[in-house]
Amino acid sequence: MRVSLFITCYNDALFPQTGKAVVNVLERLGHEIEFRPEQTCCGQMHWNTGYLREAVPIIRHFVKVYQDAETVVIPSSSCVSMMRDHYVKAAEMDGDAKLVADVEALLPRVYEFSEFLVRKLGVEDVGATYPHKVTYHASCHSMRSLHLGDIPIRLLKQVRGLDLQPVQNAQECCGFGGTFSIKNADVSSAMLADKVRMVLNTGAEVCTAVDNSCLMHLYGSLHRQRTFVRTAHIAEILAATAEGAEA
Amino acid sequence: MTATETHASQWHTRDFPEAARDLLQDSQTRKNVQHATNVIQGKRNKVVAELPDWEELRESGAQVKAHVLRHLDHYLTQFEENCTRAGGHVHWAADAAEANRIILGLVQQHEAKEVIKIKTMTSEEIGLNRELEAHGIRPIETDLAELIIQMGKDRPSHFVAPALHVNRAQVRAMFQREMHLPELGEEPEDLATAARIYLREKYLRIKVAISGGNFLIADTGGLCIVESEGNGRMCLTLPDVLISLVGIEKVIPSFEDLEIFLQTLPRSATGERMNPYNSTWCGVHPGDGPKEFHVVLLDNGRSPILADREARQTLQCIRCAACLNACPVYHQTGGHAYESVYAGPIGAILTPQLHSMEEGRSLPYASSLCGACYQVCPVKINIPEVLIHLRGKVVQEDQATLMGKFSLWNIGMQAAAFLFKDASRLAMAERIGRVGQKALVSKNGFIEWMPLMLSGWTQTRDLKAMPEQSFRDWWAKEKAPGAKPADRSDHA
Ligand code: SF4
Repeated sequence: MRVSLFITCYNDALFPQTGKAVVNVLERLGHEIEFRPEQTCCGQMHWNTGYLREAVPIIRHFVKVYQDAETVVIPSSSCVSMMRDHYVKAAEMDGDAKLVADVEALLPRVYEFSEFLVRKLGVEDVGATYPHKVTYHASCHSMRSLHLGDIPIRLLKQVRGLDLQPVQNAQECCGFGGTFSIKNADVSSAMLADKVRMVLNTGAEVCTAVDNSCLMHLYGSLHRQRTFVRTAHIAEILAATAEGAEA
Repeated sequence: MTATETHASQWHTRDFPEAARDLLQDSQTRKNVQHATNVIQGKRNKVVAELPDWEELRESGAQVKAHVLRHLDHYLTQFEENCTRAGGHVHWAADAAEANRIILGLVQQHEAKEVIKIKTMTSEEIGLNRELEAHGIRPIETDLAELIIQMGKDRPSHFVAPALHVNRAQVRAMFQREMHLPELGEEPEDLATAARIYLREKYLRIKVAISGGNFLIADTGGLCIVESEGNGRMCLTLPDVLISLVGIEKVIPSFEDLEIFLQTLPRSATGERMNPYNSTWCGVHPGDGPKEFHVVLLDNGRSPILADREARQTLQCIRCAACLNACPVYHQTGGHAYESVYAGPIGAILTPQLHSMEEGRSLPYASSLCGACYQVCPVKINIPEVLIHLRGKVVQEDQATLMGKFSLWNIGMQAAAFLFKDASRLAMAERIGRVGQKALVSKNGFIEWMPLMLSGWTQTRDLKAMPEQSFRDWWAKEKAPGAKPADRSDHA
């Protein structure tokens, strides 16, 4: 299958290793990956902060870039939820019937990375080896918007050597919430403190998720406290092999 | 300044982040709130899981409520007709001042110096207690938690359990002091008994009662109130005069619709399959219950919400408070941080709208948009969606002012929007960022301090510096057609 990767703006700048890992996993499974350099952002930061009108051109740009793509894969559930929950509405708000139609035509071909592996490709074992104690943080968008359920867990369970540790209060938000983390920095930090305590309680050395945004938030505190826990996007775990080959 | 204004001015004085910052220092309150919400939520999850048709019940509840809101005028007039026919008196109050005036007039007409009250958020909304007190009338709360709030001169922090932020030891100390019971024990039974003895005398003596209402039933003209303590039943049956203050959005088409809500409300609110006391009544009946019955239908900012297609669902709320109990923000701060009668996720969307977006403007931002509220809401109010819609209003209104236009937030967001319209601009900005960040990156490769609003991040969190190569640069170098990868062995 020809897969078009939408890396997302923050992964592009801050977490390039995640993109490389997605390329690695999908190529290993025999798919052809393309990267359209015209891509930018999904518009979520603007939309969620209330800059609704400003989000529309960003959305229009995304649709223009990917309109003819066979399949779009995105290693971020929150960006996918932005598209599924808000794109049609944004296009309607703008009164642009063509954009509404284009969004509706494109969205069924857009997948979050783990969802693409399990729901679209029907693959759970991607041939990864990762001999570490890992805990999985279920991001809010992955649970409540994309309804990924146990998809990421099923993928992790097939990874050789991986010791998966469940985290308590898994359904509670880490407190990131995009600009919420700075607009309401104190409350966000209090939420983060609770989440970090739960992660530390698992004894895991690695905390993973399908969103680098939550992981950036969690790691911000894990590092500030100089804990031994590090974070890794699920794609990076799935890309790891016995030979240690990385993208 | 009238008493109502004094009361109103006690709320909405600080923005959410500021009020929250203070409350986060109060470890006793935080502990009480976390404990109480955990207990209620645990019970709620258990009894909700028992119902195989829970999702269908939510859907039905949402549809009934949405239907009513589209035909509110019809159902309210129907209610008025039927209630009047049954012997009740219906009054219409456009705002808090009018509602207070009507109720005060009725109480004074009966020359009552004291009134007994059943917990009602609408009375809190209009500042009724202060208005009554200002005219020499003493309101006595009969719900245990409301009594605790009243005795402690406190404010409710949750609308099902208003004293949720107070623990048992604190209640005991208050009762010892206020009821003059130095020997009072600390068991829940001791406290409940003390309250019961204190209140029973009031029920038997006081002739005027004031209530709210969970549902106005259009096809019978009746009202319905659910409660747990039986204080409501006393207030609804013993006094000569009953005055019920109810928001106009509380009307449902028919008695049969209670079938849905009497399943979803108690399960969502207190984690009970059914409320211990479910009272429905209709008008007056000789020799049985109050001799005189009044309903005050309160608008107070509700009808403008109806006109907003996106936000109209706000009025579907049945005040179960499940969204408060599920909210991770509420868990940290409790209700007082919202500086509003209505706290938590529903408060964050209802409060600013009731005040035409003139107050509580920071509340739509008091959420990480995690969606836990929407997931539990028994009438499926998509709170995150409404929060974003209201953020949109705040931003647009701010942009119309000079200060808002030139605020750091607006400038930053406009700049980002400019970059996101074109990948070459974005790539250029990334390159500038990689150079610019050097001043901030510590020896360990992390940014531990950032200026201006970004300091909110670094007050408790580090940020890994941007790596030297972005993904798009890597792709251009290694993978793009015509690229000359440094090492071909990886992707042979
Ligand atoms: S918004 Fe929904 S969950 Fe929250 S109080 Fe109202 S009905 Fe209950």
